[in-house]
Amino acid sequence: MTTAPDLTHLTAVQMADGLASGEFTSVELTQAHLDRITALNPVLNAFLQVDIDGALATAADVDARRAAGEELPRLAGVPIAVKDIACTQGIPTTAGSRTLEGWIPPYDATIVTRLKDARMPILGKTNMDEFAMGSSTEHSAFGPTRNPWNLDRIPGGSGGGSSAAVAAFLAPLAIGSDTGGSIRQPGAVTGTVGAKPTYGGVSRYGVIALASSLDQIGPCARTVTDAALLHEVIGGHDPMDSTSIDAPVPPVVEASANRDLTGLRIGIVTELTGEGYQDGVQARFDESVQLLRDAGAEIVEVSCPHFRYAMAAYYLILPSEASSNLARYDAMRYGLRVAPEGVESPSAEQVMASSRDAGFGDEVKRRIILGTYALSSGYYDAYYGQAQKVRTLIARDFEAAFEQADVLISPTAPTTAFKIGDKLEDPMAMYLNDIATIPANLAGIPGLSLPSGVADEDGLPVGIQILAPATQDQRMYAVGAALEALLAQQWGGSGSVLDRAPEVTTGAVSEEAK
Amino acid sequence: MSTQARSAHSEDVVGYDEALTRYDPVLGLEVHVELNTATKMFCGCATGFGADPNTQVCPVCLGLPGALPVVNATAVESAIRIGLALNCQIADWCRFARKNYFYPDMPKNFQTSQYDEPIAFDGYLDVDLDDGTTFRVEIERAHMEEDTGKSTHVGGATGRIHGAEYSLVDFNRAGIPLIEIVTKPITGAGERAPEVARAYVSALRDLLKALAVSEVRMEQGNVRCDANVSLRAKAGDGATSAEQLAVPLGTRTETKNVNSLRSVERAARYEICRHAAVLDSGASILQETRHWHEDTGVTTSGRPKSDADDYRYFPEPDLVPVAPTRERVEELRATLPEPPAQRRKRLQGEWGYSDLEMRDVLNAGAVEVIEETVAAGATPAAARKWWTGDLARRANEAGTAVTDLGVTPAHIAELDGLVRDGRLNDSMARQVMEGVLAGEGTPMEVADARGLELVQDDGALEAAVDKVIEANPDVADKIRDGKVQAAGALIGQVMKEMRGQADAAKARELILAKLT
Repeated sequence: MTTAPDLTHLTAVQMADGLASGEFTSVELTQAHLDRITALNPVLNAFLQVDIDGALATAADVDARRAAGEELPRLAGVPIAVKDIACTQGIPTTAGSRTLEGWIPPYDATIVTRLKDARMPILGKTNMDEFAMGSSTEHSAFGPTRNPWNLDRIPGGSGGGSSAAVAAFLAPLAIGSDTGGSIRQPGAVTGTVGAKPTYGGVSRYGVIALASSLDQIGPCARTVTDAALLHEVIGGHDPMDSTSIDAPVPPVVEASANRDLTGLRIGIVTELTGEGYQDGVQARFDESVQLLRDAGAEIVEVSCPHFRYAMAAYYLILPSEASSNLARYDAMRYGLRVAPEGVESPSAEQVMASSRDAGFGDEVKRRIILGTYALSSGYYDAYYGQAQKVRTLIARDFEAAFEQADVLISPTAPTTAFKIGDKLEDPMAMYLNDIATIPANLAGIPGLSLPSGVADEDGLPVGIQILAPATQDQRMYAVGAALEALLAQQWGGSGSVLDRAPEVTTGAVSEEAK
Repeated sequence: MSTQARSAHSEDVVGYDEALTRYDPVLGLEVHVELNTATKMFCGCATGFGADPNTQVCPVCLGLPGALPVVNATAVESAIRIGLALNCQIADWCRFARKNYFYPDMPKNFQTSQYDEPIAFDGYLDVDLDDGTTFRVEIERAHMEEDTGKSTHVGGATGRIHGAEYSLVDFNRAGIPLIEIVTKPITGAGERAPEVARAYVSALRDLLKALAVSEVRMEQGNVRCDANVSLRAKAGDGATSAEQLAVPLGTRTETKNVNSLRSVERAARYEICRHAAVLDSGASILQETRHWHEDTGVTTSGRPKSDADDYRYFPEPDLVPVAPTRERVEELRATLPEPPAQRRKRLQGEWGYSDLEMRDVLNAGAVEVIEETVAAGATPAAARKWWTGDLARRANEAGTAVTDLGVTPAHIAELDGLVRDGRLNDSMARQVMEGVLAGEGTPMEVADARGLELVQDDGALEAAVDKVIEANPDVADKIRDGKVQAAGALIGQVMKEMRGQADAAKARELILAKLT
């Protein structure tokens, strides 16, 4: 029998196959992950909650059903981690915020229901920037998550817990949410795969809202095919989410079997390369472009002139929606309640104010204030109104670009993982990390990030982003899977960039990073 | 500051007639209507009235993290039907908007409403006034929104949040579908402005009832009215109405939650008198909300309200736009009932009632029951006589609705039939009604059980007539001399002989036959 640590290093496909063939049980597989979490989470801080009993109960149930000859979903018994932004009935859900510390949802998000229907053991809830505001997971109220490649580095954000868990083999699959890059950028800086589906492709019901018109739920994995399998589990229409697309899930699993790039038109977005991109990031990107070209793809350059306004528009729309979405955290019905100091019999408003002051971190407060301002009468047209116009222009840029190309590509993030603490004092520098990922959210189109190698200068992983037109998610999986195979051929070994990551050990955090 | 102190202080008012000599009142009415949909505006929770607190709630209407709204299609249809009945345009495409403000009974701290894209706009409602004239009230808009939870402030003197020891919130009401109907400024009503306000709310209530989109029970808060009042200077004696309309509007106050027809009229009247006193003193009106006190008949200051109130409206990103097709709108238009005012006119004609009689019927709220009674076979005159007469009085005494007395339209029709067939006379019919009211059965059953029946045996009647003629020779002579009206005295005696169980008309016939 295979030893436990090896089980965690399989792909989700291999795990599903091993379970189906009876090579190992779901309890063994799940326990192997739980053991690894127990050993490494104190170092990584990838999980905020671990549901040992729940995960093992699901695993045992799957094993019993399989033993009884029941036909099971493909990923039945394969464990998964869920970003702490999705409500899980009976398991605390915080969205990385002090204000929700200890809150136990009375209901499951639709995607959690679908994971349960797929009989996937839920290992626990992963760390994140508070209410998904951030690109480093440093804004979690419960401490930063560390990058398995280098514990002094950030794992990306806001979904750094999910990406670190997948990169460190604490989970083969994880759920992420992507408002401006929170699945793709963490994927890039941890050497993992992350996909943001078309807006409306995956239900948002029960996923704590950051910015409703930008948020999208998606898979985190170590391979493109694994991501596609998870995408199909969670995707599809949900009557509880009015913005959910009423159409079948695009054939992403089928697409991920693709290896043929002949005649495919791939567009490089000129605005998303060159200046501002780290040398090693650009070098790996150029290499991938060459591989694609050599494999028969037609490489074209496309221009999206309005992308230069994307960051500005994004930081008006997001805070505006967030300021409203986060208004409900008022200590009246649930969540942290803090009485104002020195006030005898405080009013409801005073309790709301002091609770929100105590419950929210600085980045959340910054964005609530920004959004409140942008929506104020007299400023609305100049800020929110203008931003919505920019959004339309960006969508038109994409439409024009997709007339010239079947998919678009760019580096996922301009740099590799930066050091914990480096950008905390400079919000603009932090925001710029999402420069390449934000346009897809503004336009509602799907995007996928996969590892394209490591940067020579720091040995840290680099991601390449593939964008497709709305509802054509299968295209990015098809190109991603083909590129992944080409890169694997080049790299040799298991074909995974994670081969080059150092083994995480306990006590490996440097004094500086502490 | 203290709300108590303010409410204790009564403000100066000017006599109503005097106020009208110097000022022209302008009103604006905002009416919130709770729809009678089975489920809430944005979730599947039940909407029944009177359930235990917080038993009709779910993650959506409690505003739990992650919950999302889904629009109630029936509520949208009701909104469109209301808009059409108010002669409004229906938007081809409109969105919900978030109205952001913090309040403990608002689960999300924003209300999902509509802002600059209402589902219905630019309509009117013709309102009948007491003097028989019609006044057209222009409708600005009708839009969809959700209700908030209901706060109960416990302790403290005012029942308001300030000074309360604690507050209870019932979220059963949170998310109940509301339609807010806003009038354009109602000008040109002059001294009839308060009456127009009442008549408008009354007509609106009738319309909503006819549409069957709301329970329209004001006492349960199904219909809630906010009354905006402002005064502007009179343009001067002999000014044309165009000259009066050209005078700029004054500052308005908004009197909240005026929840009966009578209060709507009284509150508008009070505010006109109060504004006049403030303006007469040289001071200016503070733009604010006012609270109406039913018991004392005055309003007191609420909170300052300015046009700068900033709700930071923006389109609700969690909902897709509402875009009814023209075909659907026309289908819904086809479902509209006859407008209540038109229907009243038609029925009055069909029933042959005088204006006064029709007014009595309307005041008694008896139009529907009379319609049913006539349909069941009674004459319109009998139906009106019973429902607005004896039965209305009985209902009034019992403090109940006339339809809750246990008497049905079928009962009245049956009773009327017995009278017309000559089996019962009027006094017997009243006795039968006593029995029906006492639960003794149908009119036929009561008449049988009580042995009430006009004597049909002409022999007995003839004997009684002979006996009475013999006993009154002088009266008989008068009749023989042609004084036919003297027969009345004999008929009374015949009825006495017959112990009331005779047909007076028949007795008269017999008397005249024998003496002329």
